Amino acid sequence: MKLAAGIDIGAAATKAAVLDPLGRLLGGAVLRTGVDFGLAGARALDEALAQAEARSEDLAAVFACGYGRKNVSLATETRTEIAAHAAAAYHFFPRALTVIDIGGQDNKIIKVNDQGQRTDFKMNRKCAAGTGAFLEEMALRLDLPLERLNSLAREAEDEARLGAFCTVFTATEVLGKIREGAPLSALVKGLFRSVIKRVLEMDSIAGAVVMTGGVVAHNPYLVEMMAQELEREVLTPPQPQLAGAIGAALLALRSREQAR
Amino acid sequence: MPEAPPPIKATKKMKELMAGHFLGLDQAAREGRPKVAWCTSVGPAELLHAMGFAVYYPENHGALLGATRMATEVIPTANAAGYSPDICSYLTADVGAFLKGVTPLTQAYGIASVPKADVLVFNTNQCRDVEDWFAFYARHWNAPIVGVRSHRGLGAVQDHHVADIVAQFKDMIPTLERVSGNKFDIDRLRETVRLSKECTLRWRRVLELAARTPSPMTFFDHTIHMAPAVVLRGLPEAVEYYDLLLAEMDQRIAQGIAAVPGERHRLYWEGMPVWGRLRMLSDLLSEGRAAVVASTYCNSWIFDAFDERDPFDSMARAYLELFIVRDDEYKERYIHQWVERFGVKGVIFHDAKTCPNNSNNRYAMPQRLARSLGLSTLVLNGDLNDLRLFSDEQAKTNLEAFVEQMEELAA
Repeated sequence: MKLAAGIDIGAAATKAAVLDPLGRLLGGAVLRTGVDFGLAGARALDEALAQAEARSEDLAAVFACGYGRKNVSLATETRTEIAAHAAAAYHFFPRALTVIDIGGQDNKIIKVNDQGQRTDFKMNRKCAAGTGAFLEEMALRLDLPLERLNSLAREAEDEARLGAFCTVFTATEVLGKIREGAPLSALVKGLFRSVIKRVLEMDSIAGAVVMTGGVVAHNPYLVEMMAQELEREVLTPPQPQLAGAIGAALLALRSREQAR
Repeated sequence: MPEAPPPIKATKKMKELMAGHFLGLDQAAREGRPKVAWCTSVGPAELLHAMGFAVYYPENHGALLGATRMATEVIPTANAAGYSPDICSYLTADVGAFLKGVTPLTQAYGIASVPKADVLVFNTNQCRDVEDWFAFYARHWNAPIVGVRSHRGLGAVQDHHVADIVAQFKDMIPTLERVSGNKFDIDRLRETVRLSKECTLRWRRVLELAARTPSPMTFFDHTIHMAPAVVLRGLPEAVEYYDLLLAEMDQRIAQGIAAVPGERHRLYWEGMPVWGRLRMLSDLLSEGRAAVVASTYCNSWIFDAFDERDPFDSMARAYLELFIVRDDEYKERYIHQWVERFGVKGVIFHDAKTCPNNSNNRYAMPQRLARSLGLSTLVLNGDLNDLRLFSDEQAKTNLEAFVEQMEELAA
């Protein structure tokens, strides 16, 4: 049985997924990217293969996406992470979609039609406000482990209003709120709101909404807040952080089918 | 990948012409004759040639600073002198280079500095920044500065607009006569307008060849081969150059040579070039078999209105009819026409941080065009010169994803 793999080398994390020919996830892995993109990709793939109880010889194709996509010698082809996230989202939710991917340093809004074709996309501009890096920076300033953000935001009874666009200025604003005595939970909820605002000002939303990416995987409360903000259901695929890798693997499968 | 097309042979001639242009200006500045007039890119060059000036275009120097990637090194010097990083990066690069005492002309032609201006002549049809830019040098050299303050956001160009611009042209003449030492001669103006018209006709033909499939040239080729239309219009050399280039292009078309081998996608570029990244962008799009076949920027040196029988009126009209001077409704109609005629399926809007007048994405035009023409649009954030405002990785991902999307939609 020939399998397909996808490797998503992001700015913060590297993800790998191994799929069977029907597109079912057999194994997945998430590692920190570090400075050696090729090595990170190889390790993540090894881990995903081990979880899938498969060997590299079982792979018919390996597609890479993400910032480090060109650095993966194992990859037979590359695609952008935009194509990969769209493919994964449509695989799990086959209908007209708006995909919101919140990554380590990039946010993307991708429009997909009911045939699964991408019709439009937007990436955040040069600024990383509203991305995973923003939350990491804020957690550092607040001396909080990243894992605590989600529960703190969820238990917040109040929400601090943060107006600044820039990450550095937001940090200054947060310090001001601390001086005013704002509870930590309210600050974290305010930071989540800030992420949502940065994302929603990128583009309009149409069709069903699917959120993917590491930030969503670790902070499911952000998805709930997004649903409240949009006043509509917001879907997430299983293992949202793997969406890029799964999508790349799906594109590999599709490419194999088309080649036949 | 299919084989890259052979280099365009006329480039050699163009390089000779450009060398002659800059060396001639350098000599004029050193010897004090003919007098040197600085002129904005779409300023009244015809009038200046007719008055016997050697005409220098600082925007072209700005583009050279960008293309050689010196701009990003020298812009901070202008910023420190009070010129904001948010204003035109042609201006900040040029002023920064001047303050640092450097120019790309040294490496290219062995020229120590830009030619000192005897007079500076602007036209704000591009933007207000050109006037501030020239004012810096006017103060520095205590040189006279004259210019045209243009109407902007025009729907139709009307007679009263034209009359106003003509009056402003005529107001300059006494200063130009005094500086040049030459009397204004209407017949000389007619001749330079005629030559500009001949040049523009040929340049239009060059650009229109890209309507063929596959296209023999792309926007990236055009940004190089537009140089004679920019700095030599009004002179016979520009006309001769485009005859040479057109003959070569006819040959390439007959031989089926495509600028982008295996061309699959046809794009329109709206906005300024990213001068320091032309090669990267060109290679990236070629890899995706996407040819940028038309652009607003390179079309900006098409002046259909020039008519030597009515030189002042026709110059005024030509400079007012330009895309950049018009309202959004006109601009959308214009892009619509070129998109349809050139078989374009995608438009890239370059949002140049420091050039609002050439960043037409900012008032939802991409969304309107996508709706009305059913084509794909992409906004690429960057800048014409300041590479601090351009992210290579983001640009690559955006363009690759855009080509992927066009491929998906074409399938």
